[in-house]
Amino acid sequence: MEAFLNQLPIGLSIGAVLLLIALGLTFTFGQMGVINMAHGEFIMAGAYTAYLLQDLTGRMAVIVALPVAFLVAGLMGLILERTAIRHFYGRPLDTLLLTWGVSLVLQQLARDLFGAPNVQVQAPTWLQGGIGPLPYNRLFIFALALATVVGIWAYMNRTGQGRRMQAVMQNRQLAAVSGINTGQVDQRTFFIGSGLAGVAGVALTLIGPVGPALGTYYIVDAFLVVVAGGLGQLRGAVIAAAGLGLLNSYAEFWSDASLAKVIVFAAIVAFLQFRPQGLFVLRSRALT
Amino acid sequence: MLSVNNLDAGYGRARVLFGVSLEVEPAQLVCVMGRNGVGKTTLLNTVMGVLPATAGSVTFEGRDVTRLPPHERVRLGMAYVPQGHESFPQLSVLGNLQVTLEASGGPQEALEEALETFPRLKPLLKRRAGFLSGGQQQQLAIARALVTRPKLLILDEPTEGIQPSIIIEIEEAIERLHASGLSLLLVEQYLDLALRLADRFLILDAGHVVHSGAAEELRGEEIHRLLAV
Repeated sequence: MEAFLNQLPIGLSIGAVLLLIALGLTFTFGQMGVINMAHGEFIMAGAYTAYLLQDLTGRMAVIVALPVAFLVAGLMGLILERTAIRHFYGRPLDTLLLTWGVSLVLQQLARDLFGAPNVQVQAPTWLQGGIGPLPYNRLFIFALALATVVGIWAYMNRTGQGRRMQAVMQNRQLAAVSGINTGQVDQRTFFIGSGLAGVAGVALTLIGPVGPALGTYYIVDAFLVVVAGGLGQLRGAVIAAAGLGLLNSYAEFWSDASLAKVIVFAAIVAFLQFRPQGLFVLRSRALT
Repeated sequence: MLSVNNLDAGYGRARVLFGVSLEVEPAQLVCVMGRNGVGKTTLLNTVMGVLPATAGSVTFEGRDVTRLPPHERVRLGMAYVPQGHESFPQLSVLGNLQVTLEASGGPQEALEEALETFPRLKPLLKRRAGFLSGGQQQQLAIARALVTRPKLLILDEPTEGIQPSIIIEIEEAIERLHASGLSLLLVEQYLDLALRLADRFLILDAGHVVHSGAAEELRGEEIHRLLAV
């Protein structure tokens, strides 16, 4: 029973990180039909941002790193969208190849800049320790994801920008003829989505080492969250991320890392047999 | 107000419009007619910039808008209600109107005016647009276009697939808007409706304008031949 409880914060914090990563993917995929394989490298960029900042800012390193990593990763996303992806809208396979290439280039760039071996970010002292079986660092990640979900929800439902984003996601052509500058909305979505990956990268430095291939460990699982949760669906992403995080950590606990992956994939395949569209679908009379 | 000159457009290699020209004068209602698949919706999509024109030009209030993206045409005073009573299904009725209002930068009163045109929408403001009936969605679609305070309203078959009681309301609203001095470009399949509403008409066949003139001329034998399926 105690082992079971110990595994819970691990699963939930992995789920929280997956959620931060998947939010960006689900919006860029749901809104623009772009499968962005370079999203994982925005996580890596966020993690290295925290690494570079740790000597400068001391105790508050994580707090400073969060907004800076958001900006760094967000700008990388924006540049990628402006220079490359926007020429490939409506061609998902081409974007997949393109962003995969960009992902490899960025990984090599990180190797050249920071070296191939992993580096460690020292968790601040106030995040060491914990309450009973709940370590502070994992609680922090969990709170971070919670705050992000609340923030994104408020942004989408309580601001004009968020409403325009929803409008473009739900009916792009109608949004354009209703006076919405869809290109501008796409850029903003890309910026925010990529920025969240940077935030996820900072969170990951609290629970593990940072390396050039950091993103590749999480990108596949994040795509699974997107597929299982339903495209562009906040609710779906939250539930799928929590489920996948828990399933992952418990499967790993009861078997081993490789068998756990098999179990997770099998579970997702089985789930998609029953709900090929994911947990939640955009439903309306107009679309049926 | 709107003048379309020798417009060509199509989808990839399939050309749909062949040198279409038309004029909409201020406060005029022009009706585009024709059988299915002759290019009526393509014409409206090209006028609005959803589809690029491959040749020819679209001029709005003396300004060449042929290369402008749709959202900038909206800013200039063009509004478009596409076919099939479309909406942003997950947004509320109010959200649908607000998102358009904010995008066009108009005053809040524009929203109330639009609701005055379709009072049936008032009790539904908090409902999700996707769950309205087809007729209610079409009223919402027209209201959403009106929120931008357009000078020219472009409607693609506003009464298609809608229950008769609401067709009458929509017709009356169109008549009132026309009477208030708004210019309208309307695609309509039904001859009697076109006869009642339009000042001028043009008939498309296979992407060409085969006939155009004042509404009175619509009554001839020739016209029935061109529109018969």
